[in-house]
Order: sequence, then structure tokens, then C-alpha cells
Amino acid sequence: MDVVNQLQRQFIDYSASLHREGFLDDQFTQLQKLQDDNSPDFVVEVASLFFEDCEKLINNMARALEQQQGVDFKQVDASVHQLKGSSSSIGAMRVKDVCIAFRSFCEAQNREGCLRCLQQVTHEYSLLKNKLQTLFRLQQQILAAGGSIPVVE
Amino acid sequence: MEVAGEVLASESQLHVLAVDDSHVDRKVIEKLLKISSCKVTTVESGARALQFLGLDEEKGSLGFNGLKVNLIITDYSMPGMTGYELLKKIKRSSTFREIPVVIMSSENILTRIDSCLEEGAEEFLVKPVKLSDVKRVMNDCIMRGETEGNKRRRVDKRKFEDDNHASSSSSSSSSSIPSSPSSPLPSSPSTAATSSPLHSLKRAKLRDHN
Repeated sequence: MDVVNQLQRQFIDYSASLHREGFLDDQFTQLQKLQDDNSPDFVVEVASLFFEDCEKLINNMARALEQQQGVDFKQVDASVHQLKGSSSSIGAMRVKDVCIAFRSFCEAQNREGCLRCLQQVTHEYSLLKNKLQTLFRLQQQILAAGGSIPVVE
Repeated sequence: MEVAGEVLASESQLHVLAVDDSHVDRKVIEKLLKISSCKVTTVESGARALQFLGLDEEKGSLGFNGLKVNLIITDYSMPGMTGYELLKKIKRSSTFREIPVVIMSSENILTRIDSCLEEGAEEFLVKPVKLSDVKRVMNDCIMRGETEGNKRRRVDKRKFEDDNHASSSSSSSSSSIPSSPSSPLPSSPSTAATSSPLHSLKRAKLRDHN
């Protein structure tokens, strides 16, 4: 029981720090609350879909911005819009915030600004991916030790 | 021939068709709906939604009447057919116009909301959608779109409850008001069944399905 308590404490602290540092917002907590015995891997599955989305959309944006003949900013914006939507749905606050700035640059047809945002969004996505993997690992450890996952408000 | 039972989705569960091009959002809305005790079908586009309903203009009716759809919840911004265009197609269809349609959008634009409501959308939800949003929508749809069959069952249930309550009135007609002050029923079912135009339409539709 002591091990479980320790792990749960770690989980709570880590979760709190992710929220404090703006990586996750309340929507992530909402998703955690939806997880139940019928779908014990729900959050992990949603996160996987999100990261798949990120990779695909970031590639689309990169390709569109590479066009030497002339960037189709509408196309870039369409991908950013989708990424903003997914990140909002999972509670990936930092990624979402970059997308908001990114859209302004698309609207202004500012290629340099867009490229900077692309870099930022790539960075934020990989940071979040690492952090969520750590969080999910902690979850697994708690479950393996026979404990339950605390819900952090 | 049993009309009400066959035409409706199973009595306790509403069948919701969720339309969204985002895989993440489809997964989330599916979970929210399942937690709210709904049967869920998710599709990724308006075209697919129409196919599922059997409204695909190119392919003609596929007769997908296995599971009747009680509610459609769709994203607004989708490539190809937008949620707004899907809404219009459904509301202009004589067979499906009664199905309540809810629009979801990440953008809280007043003109967008207005045009959706004008075209007959029940509600407009701003994303990210929460469980409380889904629960509210389901409650609204139950209140608004109750079928005659369900009303009959509710009346019978209340009769049973009334008979068992020592303090309630002895008349067990369906129009009796339960004595408990916390009763949520807004109106007498028999009145609602006869006066609501939605119910007359529903009755006509049930007859057509014979």
C-alpha cells in the first residue's frame, strides 16, 4: 500500500505541474473523468490519435510552406485550424495557443511568421508527447501495484 | 403489426449519429454519448452521414432502417459538406426532417449560430464539448421529441406509482399530477400527446412506415 501511495503522490504532483506549466488545461481533466472500467485506456487512446494527427498536420504545413512558387496560406491555415481543434479537444493548451498565433500569420500571409510557428508547434507537440508518456507510465505503475488512478482537479 | 416498438430504437437507448472529420473529436463525442447511455454511430463526413441515413442522392436509398436515428450531432467545419449543409439537407428531407440536429463548432460566431438555428438546428454547442453539454442536449431531446409509445409507458408507470402512494389522489387517470413536489414532469402526458404538432407529425410518420 505504501508503494501505491507513493506512486499516487508522484502522479498527482506531476499532473499538477503539467497543469501549472500550461501543458494541459481543464479539458484534459474532463477526459480523465470519462475514463471508466468500460474504457480503461480511453485517455491513452485519445492521446495517440492526437499525436497521429499532429504528425500528419505538421507534415502538411511544412510541405505547404516549402512551396517556392508561392505558399497556399489557405491550405496551411486549414491544417492549423484542424490542429487547433484537436489540441483544444484533448486539452493541449500550449499547442493550441501556438495554433492561435499561427492562424494570424496565415491570415497575414506572413511566411516567416508561419515558419516560426511551425517550429514552435513541433517543439510543443514533442514536449507534450514526452510528458504524457511519463504521466501514462506512472498510471501503469499505479495500476500494476494494485492502486487506482487519482483524479486531479 | 407492432408499429411503435419496431420503428423506434430500443426503448431505453437513443441512437445518435455523430459526424466529425476529426478522429480525436469522434472518439471524444462517442465516449460522451456512451456515458450518457446512447447508442452511437460515428461517421467522418456529411456524405457518409447521408449514406448511413439512406439519403445519398447518388446511390439512392439504401434502406438503412435497422437502427433508427434519434439525434444527429455534427461538426460545423468539415471539408466537402459542412455541418450546415448537412443540416439543410436533413431538414429539407420529408423522411428525416424531424430528427433533431445539433451543431458543434470551435468558433463562437453569432451569425453562424443564428443561421444554424434558423435552419432548424436544436442547439449549437461550442467546442470543446463537455459531458454537461451532452447531458443537457439529451435531456432537451427527450423532453421535446418523446414519442407516443414512451408517453404511454410513462403514464402506466405513473399510474403504478400513484396507486402505491398513500397520499396521492385516488383517481388514477393519466392527467393526475403526482403529489411529490420534486416531480420533474412539466405537463400532463395526455395533453402533450394530443396538442403538440411534433407528436402529430410523429404519429403520421409511424403510420407511413406501415
